[in-house]
Amino acid sequence: MDIFIQQLINGLTLGAVYAVVALGYTMVYGIIQLINFAHGEVVMVGAMVAYSVIGVLAPAGLPPLVVVAIATGCAIPACMLIGYTMERVAYRPLRNAPRLAPLITAIGISIILQHLAMLIWSRNPLAFPQVVKVQSYAIGGATITSVQIAIIALSLAMMAGLAALVYRTRLGTAMRATAQNPQIAGLMGIDADRIVAFTFVIGAALAAVAGVMVASYYGIAHYTMGSQLGLKAFCAAVLGGIGNVPGAMLGGVILGLVEALGAGYIGDLTGNVFGSNYQDVFAFIVLIAVLVLRPSGLLGERVGDRA
Amino acid sequence: MRDTIALLRRHPAAPWVGVAVVALALLALPFALAAVGTTWVRITNLAILFVLLSLGLNIVVGFAGLLDLGYIAFYAVGAYVYALLASPHFGIHWPFWAILPIGAGVAALFGVLIGAPTLKLRGDYLAIVTLGFGEIVRIFLNNLSRPVNITNGPQGIARIDPIRIDGVDFSKTDAFLGLDFSGPVKYYYFLLLVMLAVIFVCLRLQNSRIGRAWEAIREDEIAARAMGIDTTRLKLLAFAMGASFGGVAGGMFSAIQGFVSPESFVLVESIMVVSMVVLGGMGNVWGVVLGALLLSFVPEFLRFTVEPMERQLFGRTIVEPEVIRMLIFGFALVLVMALRPGGLWPSAVRKRELAARDAPAP
Repeated sequence: MDIFIQQLINGLTLGAVYAVVALGYTMVYGIIQLINFAHGEVVMVGAMVAYSVIGVLAPAGLPPLVVVAIATGCAIPACMLIGYTMERVAYRPLRNAPRLAPLITAIGISIILQHLAMLIWSRNPLAFPQVVKVQSYAIGGATITSVQIAIIALSLAMMAGLAALVYRTRLGTAMRATAQNPQIAGLMGIDADRIVAFTFVIGAALAAVAGVMVASYYGIAHYTMGSQLGLKAFCAAVLGGIGNVPGAMLGGVILGLVEALGAGYIGDLTGNVFGSNYQDVFAFIVLIAVLVLRPSGLLGERVGDRA
Repeated sequence: MRDTIALLRRHPAAPWVGVAVVALALLALPFALAAVGTTWVRITNLAILFVLLSLGLNIVVGFAGLLDLGYIAFYAVGAYVYALLASPHFGIHWPFWAILPIGAGVAALFGVLIGAPTLKLRGDYLAIVTLGFGEIVRIFLNNLSRPVNITNGPQGIARIDPIRIDGVDFSKTDAFLGLDFSGPVKYYYFLLLVMLAVIFVCLRLQNSRIGRAWEAIREDEIAARAMGIDTTRLKLLAFAMGASFGGVAGGMFSAIQGFVSPESFVLVESIMVVSMVVLGGMGNVWGVVLGALLLSFVPEFLRFTVEPMERQLFGRTIVEPEVIRMLIFGFALVLVMALRPGGLWPSAVRKRELAARDAPAP
């Protein structure tokens, strides 16, 4: 039972991060039906920028929480800039190109970002500085750390903020209108190009925070950390129904729980034939299962264009 | 002088002379390369393997228009099938010719397994699922060393048998006609033959009934279905066929290297093959060959030129050739898509399409 609660906590933490990253995929997909393959790399850049800023500020004697806040505050605009540039330079010219074209471009951007990051930072894993002292609390035989609490709380806050933005503001209304029908939205005076750029920028801002969260959770930043995370977040978005904002949140949390519980119990269930080293397989099995059984995802409703 | 050349060009034998010159050049190439260094023969062999892989992927991406980002998994399957059936790991030593079809078959089976659930869906899902599938295969290769040791985990399988045909061992040097044929040189000729055969198959395939059906699916799936094409079956066929090409290339890779490990089948390799196909020109067999050769050789040239240059200028290596290679791949993908969506050498059909899109609507 202790293991169950512990894995539940770990799964929720992981799931919260997946959910935040998945939002970036799902918003972009909802509007221009593009899988922004390079989104995971934006997460990585966020973590790396924060790493550098903390490295500079840590010896200055500021309170630790302020240091982390400033680092995140620097990572967010950096990632927003990348998100905007990516959309403007690489994706916008391909808006009317055949479907494969932007996907291939996305792979190219992903490689470029990864290797530029490798040149700037390092090819080795970097120890992400833990400036805030980590505290552990006991719940029912399991432990939850202050980092985990912070991640879950912050993710919830960001998701609530995004939901408010999408469903309560003029910009959100314009986003949803563009997602439904870009031509008609254009006739209503909505500048679709601007909305798309906004979507990329918002997604990148979320990714930046996710990068800081995941790097402080694992205590490691590496130039390849984004691709795996991005893939899994994409699986989460598909699980929830891609293009659907609440779906991405739900999918992320479920995927995190599946991974954590799966890794915790696979050994017992299979008589130790498979071990927790198969953890990374779960996300893809979930993805394939969803695509076979319910291609529109848990909360998705748009099935018509999936020919 | 110019008139003479024009006259010669029109001569009915002119194409044959061209073919003969190219053939002679290809035959003499390994000796020229060996004079520079045996490394270059090995690099050429590896480049030919990548040509084979690119041609296989071209069937999936170029002909049928399905983006497969886990293609290297089929290469891995072929390589491991050969490694398991021709090495001391299990003590099995089957001949090359017996294993090659098995490797191709197993790879094709994997292709069907991954294609069946996803081919009904839209293309971009397929891309991600295949990417995930490639990762799954690698994770399994890494971990299937216990409880039963099948793949020997990250250590890989070593001492794999070289190709032996009619008592000719491809790993040893033979003297023939007064020339020394070293192992890599013999492999070069073997690979060259296989490559020509594969190119021939691809060219014939493209203009066959199946090839035209693939083209129709790529252009407009719904219209293709309306014309009576069984789209799911044909897409599955493209997937299986591309996979089997990968399996064959993998088997040869295994035999030539004598060693396989999961390290050789990472995601980057899949992306490399995709880059080759895209840069060369999706759907055009010759373009794909060009793309594969370019992206195989250019980084090697860089390795031999940029690194010494950096050392001379800065006293140390600042940007490793490996990084430059990856950056070239990345920029190649982005720039080709932005500036020349048909690739360096676009297929005739693509060229027509692109021209049609630029023309004003009627």
